[in-house]
Amino acid sequence: MRLTVEETGRAARFFADGIKRMASRPVRIMEVCGTHTVAIFRAGIRQLLPPEVELVSGPGCPVCVTPNEYIDTAIACSRCPDTVIATFGDMLRVPGSQSSLMAEKAQGADIRIVYSPLDSLRIARENPGKKVVFLAVGFETTAPTAAATVLQAEQQGLENFFVLSAHKLAPPALKAILAAPDSRIDGFLLPGHTAAISGLAPYRFVAEEHRVPAVVTGFEALDILQAIYLLLKQIAAGQPVLVNQYRRVVKSAGNPAAMRVLNQVYRPVDTVWRGFGVIAGSGLRLTAAYERYDAAAALPLVKAVSREPAGCRCGEVLRGLIVPAGCPHFGQSCTPEHPVGACMVSVEGACAAWYKYGQGRWHYE
Amino acid sequence: MCLAVPAKIIDRTEFMATVDSDGVTRQVSLMLLPDAAVGDYVLIHAGFAIQSIDEEEAKRTLELFKEIERYAADS
Repeated sequence: MRLTVEETGRAARFFADGIKRMASRPVRIMEVCGTHTVAIFRAGIRQLLPPEVELVSGPGCPVCVTPNEYIDTAIACSRCPDTVIATFGDMLRVPGSQSSLMAEKAQGADIRIVYSPLDSLRIARENPGKKVVFLAVGFETTAPTAAATVLQAEQQGLENFFVLSAHKLAPPALKAILAAPDSRIDGFLLPGHTAAISGLAPYRFVAEEHRVPAVVTGFEALDILQAIYLLLKQIAAGQPVLVNQYRRVVKSAGNPAAMRVLNQVYRPVDTVWRGFGVIAGSGLRLTAAYERYDAAAALPLVKAVSREPAGCRCGEVLRGLIVPAGCPHFGQSCTPEHPVGACMVSVEGACAAWYKYGQGRWHYE
Repeated sequence: MCLAVPAKIIDRTEFMATVDSDGVTRQVSLMLLPDAAVGDYVLIHAGFAIQSIDEEEAKRTLELFKEIERYAADS
């Protein structure tokens, strides 16, 4: 059962009209998830919103918030003898301090794109003389899949499989944004697929402690429009609460089996986010029982001295302080073909989405 | 990265399942959703089923959108 194009159009107009009616003052809404950023552009949602409603991207593109230090460590891994790097495709083109995985691959490093962490186990089985390092990047949605893969590696007795974890947790980044004196966020579109794993509890602090409206939402155009409508209703009423718009997928308790696997294999640690610095308890590291799978500990790494690209304002984009066009590199020295920063590389990156879908011209001429 | 696609489980053997997503079939792990059964709709991410899709809630969402559509058409 699906809505027809006409039905979808009329429902969208209902939400858009309601949003317009309620937008009596300028409001800034942050879409935390990179997948939302892309969905908003693809559906042309900005075109339906009045100028009072500003959408800003947040820290929910995992490749974008991964600092250069991690890329440099991954490059150092790729230079180790008899080592295979297994990675999601997005990571390949992210510039490190002096090189990228793509450049290393061109020079002969064995770097393979995988679509599931389980693919890296297959590579490890087929190459018993080599060490296979999976670049584990992603939030609560992805981290349990890497954790389950570690459990599989243990079950299969694989001794040549390793993980280089850059996994991160989304709520601590929201805490950092809300605690910053320069953040001006009036409402959050919260990431549906991280909440599908963690449940709603980790997000309750947004409305309860910070009095900022928040809606967990899905990824269809109508889901997002309805979520913005629900945020505007809360803002108008001055009654911030956490609303679950994505009830068909997000259960209040999340996915307990996935959380069990996650907590068995990983433990929270302080970690560095691009643009934020260290955020307490926001990273995931292998627990003592699984430390033997930690690539950073198992391989002899000689890493470059890490530095972030000069003039790149990715960090401010990720904190919702500026829109991509506010960066002097944007569309000039930084394009998807020649990215300066990670936000222009990942398909979920705010800069890449702005560039691909009209350079944000709809409301920011 | 958090992109996930809906699919229907058409077969399962222990912790692996065959799922159908818009006519494309593939193998996914059920390690993170051990209670999923043949016929269930699930969300697939990075080779794993990560959550079941509640059909009743999905219908309710569609019904809500249809109701809104009727309201918009009448007004």
